Amino acid sequence: MDAHVTLRVDGEERSLTVDTRTSLLDALRDRLGVTSPKKGCDHGQCGSCTVLLDGRRVVSCLALTVSHDGAEVTTAAGLPGPDGRLHPLQQAFWDHDAFQCGYCTPGQICSAAGMLEEADAGRPSHATADLDPAARTPLTDDEIRERMSGNICRCGAYVNIVAAIREVGDVSEVTER
Amino acid sequence: MKPFAYERAGSVRAAVTAAVDDPGAVFLGGGTNLVDHLRLGITHPGRLIDVSRLPLEDVEELPDGGLRIGATLRNSDLAAHPLVRTRFPVLSRALLAGASGQLRNAATTAGNLLQRTRCRYFQDPTTPCNKRDPGSGCSALTGYTRQHAVFGASEECIAVHPSDMAVAAAALDAVVVTTGPEGERRIPVTELLRLPGDEPQRDNTLLHGELITALEVPPLPAGARSGYRKVRDRASFAFALVSVAAVVETEGGTVRWARIALGGVAHKPWRATRAEDALAGAPATEESFRRAAEAELAAAEPLSGNAFKVPMARRTLTAVLSDLTAEEPQ
Ligand SMILES: Cc1cc2nc3c(=O)[nH]c(=O)nc-3n(C[C@H](O)[C@H](O)[C@H](O)COP(=O)(O)OP(=O)(O)OC[C@H]3O[C@@H](n4cnc5c(N)ncnc54)[C@H](O)[C@@H]3O)c2cc1C
Ligand code: SF4
Ligand code: FES
Ligand code: FES
Repeated sequence: MDAHVTLRVDGEERSLTVDTRTSLLDALRDRLGVTSPKKGCDHGQCGSCTVLLDGRRVVSCLALTVSHDGAEVTTAAGLPGPDGRLHPLQQAFWDHDAFQCGYCTPGQICSAAGMLEEADAGRPSHATADLDPAARTPLTDDEIRERMSGNICRCGAYVNIVAAIREVGDVSEVTER
Repeated sequence: MKPFAYERAGSVRAAVTAAVDDPGAVFLGGGTNLVDHLRLGITHPGRLIDVSRLPLEDVEELPDGGLRIGATLRNSDLAAHPLVRTRFPVLSRALLAGASGQLRNAATTAGNLLQRTRCRYFQDPTTPCNKRDPGSGCSALTGYTRQHAVFGASEECIAVHPSDMAVAAAALDAVVVTTGPEGERRIPVTELLRLPGDEPQRDNTLLHGELITALEVPPLPAGARSGYRKVRDRASFAFALVSVAAVVETEGGTVRWARIALGGVAHKPWRATRAEDALAGAPATEESFRRAAEAELAAAEPLSGNAFKVPMARRTLTAVLSDLTAEEPQ
């Protein structure tokens, strides 16, 4: 059964008719040609399909396109500025050699972008010792690892991924104060 | 995946009416469990009624100090809510111990409670499973039982409930509020989720078309402390082997009362009433905690592959109670 939906993908309005069964991931990749989100598992287990949906990180393989009519979707390919300059996270992944094959990378970067906003907003994680909303939790490596645990890297580039995110996390904390 | 009709519900009433009228209809929340099941071929609904945008997203403070939590609020927002963090840390902790940041951003309160077992055989439509296909047999009984129940299982199903949040909700005596074909109901979480018995296909006691609209958490006295501990195969992003949610109030070195639920051990969050009884009025010492844990675990019925869960649950429960009573509450 078909349904008509409109999405704003990486800043561009896209309308399409989809089978109601179509995941957001398949709509992006197969229907709209937006191939930066990757299909690793199709079951929510690996994070390689992570996108920002209305500004929040989600796995696009378990999202039904019809359920998100009107949504704003940002993929890793949509993160660079209008001048084409890499997003700070993309630059940091580059600088720290935070990938090998690169398959998990767009998902890692979208996830990190969503994660840094969550951390900045003072949201706790499993690694956070003090749940007190007034307590300011530093973004330690343990926090980064826990908050990024939904993104698997089969090449095992974790050490450099954490380093890249740490660098950007530090900078964003400094500039926001 | 079989084709299905999709509609977005405009109101609670419209959602319930549409579902009641169609035996093939199911509600869609965040979709993180349902979409997976559609893809795996575990379930074949003819109609999805999307309730994820119903305006049931508030955390409302009740006059008595309890909370009314909207059914469509996302797990990440619930875990981060200031009132939950300060008054019901067990709930925040349980949510934060579950799934991943991406999944918690999509998963809803109601969907979390109603998520289905992660039994490998249930998830594999090529193997017999009484829960998926009633009467076909239970593959786990003669297969791998490492993940399975040590309490309350039946001859027909030995699966465990996977939710962390539901374990906290059970320890908090939380109640779901529903709207269904017969109007509004209030159902304690411990009665919403059920043991398998001879109907393992039924995870819960909702009627067809009954919609969860809220989760209500009764207030805790100022001196009560609560916490959650989850034991799993890796440090993060894995389901519980065993988990413990506990709420305890002590006074002058004595336990006044405790409410405890165990996760990963039964088809529903397992209220450890034997341990609770043993603790009421007992000295708040590690010795009494161990005895209470032993009283509960003595009733466990482990299977070939999961006997390790018994000492694991005993030690985890003892440790959680010791942590919660380590200092007198301020
Ligand atoms: C890889 C992975 C790892 C995970 N790890 C964990 C973990 O460690 N701990 C944990 O607790 N969970 C874990 N989860 C499960 C996750 O928490 C659930 O998938 C999620 O909470 C379900 O919520 P949802 O809103 O997406 O539900 P949906 O998938 O939308 O729905 C689930 C069920 O609830 C029904 N439903 C939804 N809303 C309502 C309503 N308002 N009234 C009545 N019925 C309704 C649906 O019909 C469906 O049957 C994991 C999931 C994945 C994919
Ligand atoms: S334990 Fe339950 S869910 Fe698992 S195979 Fe047996 S009947 Fe199915
Ligand atoms: S493809 Fe979506 S989480 Fe793996
Ligand atoms: S870089 Fe290859 S999977 Fe992560």
